[in-house]
Amino acid sequence: MTSLKRTPLFEVHQQLGGKMVPFAGWEMPVQYTGIIDETKVTRTKATLFDIAHMGQIQVTGSEAEEFLQRVVTNDVSRLKVNQAQYTFLCRENGGTIDDILVYRLDESKYLLVVNASNADKDFDWLTQQRQGNVQVDNLSAEEGQLALQGPAAAEILAKLTDTDIAEIKYFRLIPEVEVAGVKCLVSRTGYTGEDGFELYSSREHLVTLWEALLEAGATAGLIPAGLGARDVLRLEAGLPLYGNELDEDISPLEAGQNFFVKLDKNVDFIGKAALQKQLDEGLTRRLVGFETLERAIPRGGYDIFHEGENIGQVTSGSFSPTLGKVIGFGFVNPKWGAVGTELAIQVRRRLVKAQVVSLPFYRREK
Amino acid sequence: MSKIPEELRYLDTHEWVRVEGDKAYVGITDYAQDQLGDVVFVELPEEGEEFEQKDSIAVVESVKAAADIYAPISGTVLAVNEALEDNPELVNEDPYGEGWMFTLSIDNEEELEEMLTAEGYKKVLEEEA
Repeated sequence: MTSLKRTPLFEVHQQLGGKMVPFAGWEMPVQYTGIIDETKVTRTKATLFDIAHMGQIQVTGSEAEEFLQRVVTNDVSRLKVNQAQYTFLCRENGGTIDDILVYRLDESKYLLVVNASNADKDFDWLTQQRQGNVQVDNLSAEEGQLALQGPAAAEILAKLTDTDIAEIKYFRLIPEVEVAGVKCLVSRTGYTGEDGFELYSSREHLVTLWEALLEAGATAGLIPAGLGARDVLRLEAGLPLYGNELDEDISPLEAGQNFFVKLDKNVDFIGKAALQKQLDEGLTRRLVGFETLERAIPRGGYDIFHEGENIGQVTSGSFSPTLGKVIGFGFVNPKWGAVGTELAIQVRRRLVKAQVVSLPFYRREK
Repeated sequence: MSKIPEELRYLDTHEWVRVEGDKAYVGITDYAQDQLGDVVFVELPEEGEEFEQKDSIAVVESVKAAADIYAPISGTVLAVNEALEDNPELVNEDPYGEGWMFTLSIDNEEELEEMLTAEGYKKVLEEEA
């Protein structure tokens, strides 16, 4: 067994009482005060996440845009400098290699933020697909990131910088912001369904940044949050998690992510033919959101039934502290995917009543 | 460090038993609730149901995971803690007190004797750590 990797914040998490667990090859905090508390604080005040386990890959060169257009499903040509985009890397068969963020830093320079579990795989794939004047560099060992999420995030961040970060619009970024004396890239992005920012800096400065943020945010109620709350928050916001709702055998269309798949862009990107075929012939399964009508939590892998017929499987399920009910994602035969459809989910020895609901489960008020 | 009251008996699957007269109160240990995290539901048995020792008798659902609770001794369910229906967090807040789950009749005293002492359970935790 290979040993688990640690972010620069490992000792800080231990001092803060973080419960450390293995995740995607990393030893990460799953919670500090508790998942329910951290989820609620993210929705009402703000929380700080160590997400330095995630990978960062830089793509540069005069043909960087052409290259990215060929390997991702979204339309990178629409991306302006200092703008971010959510997209997928697909195989020829339409299976998902990873779901990623692409940041355009200048005309010929992009930053790709990728899942921890897929960072090496993505880098190898991109290197293998590279053509023309393009350079692909894995920055994961040198660069790190934190996520500051919640309605108080902007007010807290503003205390530590002279840059007007309130001006950063959703899915935009400022490449050089000095936060607590640390040079950061700051984007208005996140994985919680709440307002918030992601701060990218050299790994050696993450502890300084973390401590300055926690101190500046104390009066606003800022607390650290772990991967447990992160998973609940993303589920409430209807966001897929790679390994649950997405993987090499699942296409972004099956996962309901059509908005981020631009079949009409003027490029034969990898996976386009297979995805077009899925769309033309109709999907054999699609991701739906459900809520249970009884007190039980369907977890990944549990069977979903409709009128006695097994129509699919659960991919994620949790109690939602924000909504006070049990919610989840599952793949079902599209015939039974309409909102309001009654489902029965096998939870241990009993069948639990559930119904298909619209996504996202939770949407913040703006 | 998690609390392990001296006067209780334990299973290595993290249940505890407290004998009061002819009934046995059953719950999960401080260590177990800490490992599970926030408890959101407890599926309790029905009063009058009979169980053999080590049968799966209840289920604790936390945000993160579901855990089976095993019958520490053979017996009939005498009562269940109905307060857990609306306040499952009692299992986290007071695992040896308000967070008890059910009581069982004591059909076989020997089974109680075979359970771990506080000292024995402490060794189990040291091995898990």
